[in-house]
Amino acid sequence: MVKRNQLDRILEALDATGTLEQLDEIILGLRDAYGVAHLVYHWVDSAGDQYGCGTYSDAWRQRYLDQNYVRVDPVVAGCFQRFHPVDWKRLDWTGKAVKAFRLEAAEYGLGNQGYSIPIRGPNGQFALFTVNHSCSDEAWTKFIEAHGRDLILIAHYFNQKALEFEPGRVPEAAQALSPREVDAMTLLALGYSRAQVADSLSISENTLRVYIESARFKLGALNTTHAVARAMSRGLIVV
Amino acid sequence: MLRYLYGDELSAYPKLAGGMFRDRAYQFRTRMGWDVHVDENGEERDNYDVLNPLYVIWEQADGSHGGSMRFLPTTGPVMVNEVFGHLLDGAPLESLLIWECTRFCLGRDGGARAAAALMLGGGELMTGFGIRHFVGVFDARMERIYRAIGSSPEVLGAEGAGRDRISVGLWDFSEAARGRVAARAGVSPQLSRLWFQRAFGRAQDAPFSRCA
Repeated sequence: MVKRNQLDRILEALDATGTLEQLDEIILGLRDAYGVAHLVYHWVDSAGDQYGCGTYSDAWRQRYLDQNYVRVDPVVAGCFQRFHPVDWKRLDWTGKAVKAFRLEAAEYGLGNQGYSIPIRGPNGQFALFTVNHSCSDEAWTKFIEAHGRDLILIAHYFNQKALEFEPGRVPEAAQALSPREVDAMTLLALGYSRAQVADSLSISENTLRVYIESARFKLGALNTTHAVARAMSRGLIVV
Repeated sequence: MLRYLYGDELSAYPKLAGGMFRDRAYQFRTRMGWDVHVDENGEERDNYDVLNPLYVIWEQADGSHGGSMRFLPTTGPVMVNEVFGHLLDGAPLESLLIWECTRFCLGRDGGARAAAALMLGGGELMTGFGIRHFVGVFDARMERIYRAIGSSPEVLGAEGAGRDRISVGLWDFSEAARGRVAARAGVSPQLSRLWFQRAFGRAQDAPFSRCA
């Protein structure tokens, strides 16, 4: 089972990363934390250039590039121009080239299950974040139900990092928290319950959830505790 | 039936898609008087339709458009942040787990059943893709329709009064709400799930299982 604080630590490391090489280390740590076969980030830009990091073997990466498998891979085809996460079971694995690709992928150590999250970045940037594993369908469904949302957020945080490293890119100003988000995070940091925070802000708990959700996302955190800690360490809230 | 189509899939359904864009023109320009762009074919489109959004469309038995809505994740360009940001809180709402729902439109004979079916479809997206909330913009008339089908959004901010009131609101979806809108739509939850699975592919054998 994944430990919360372990994930938080890895995301802290992701936030502090300054080089592409370190992303490999982080993705390895995440893979181990989740106890899955592979975790991969794969960027495909509009010019067809690719960049990736993750736990697939070097031999498979090289083979994938040499054979130009990006044109065959049903995961890429099924996620391109989409924004919903895709279970590999739901992709079209028929067709001669695809079948051969699939057999070969298995030889190179890929598991039988996959879940890929498409990411749309600015100016047509496109990336995939994939978790791959060997297990039964039932176990996989349970795994995705338990971790799907976190993986969606992690996928996005990875992409933000990868965008930062793009040559010539002007760093974006840190995402500002809105006044409501600041209020909500401050009251949570003071130890108020959600009900008390909602009451203090004269909003429903449902609306509060959205402010927390949005703040959490801007702060690159997986949970509220982590988000509050980050908001404090960045000086966005003062308690 | 409910169809889930990305923008680049619409061309395979010309009758349905054309009906949707024409019904949008009728609802948003003719009926509500919004300043929207309608082309020479009488179809309404805006800048968000070119971003390849996901449409959920209620298709009537004869293949025509009964109602529809449009989704985009709030991490990209969305109306609530770009056009109605002043109704929110001075900073954009942004999360991959919050999608924007806009252009909620009912066909001329769609009615409450179509509205309920669309809500059911929205619930499928949430359950199927782990989405926590939808955020959207709507006017006073739609507020009444949402209330009538038992799926009222929570208003985050509004401007104008009476008939001209425009609001930004928020939906979440519970299992209880699913049963309620399913009954109003006259669609069983099982059938609704089937439509969703058909749209996004059926579970087959695990892709590598035979060679693993």
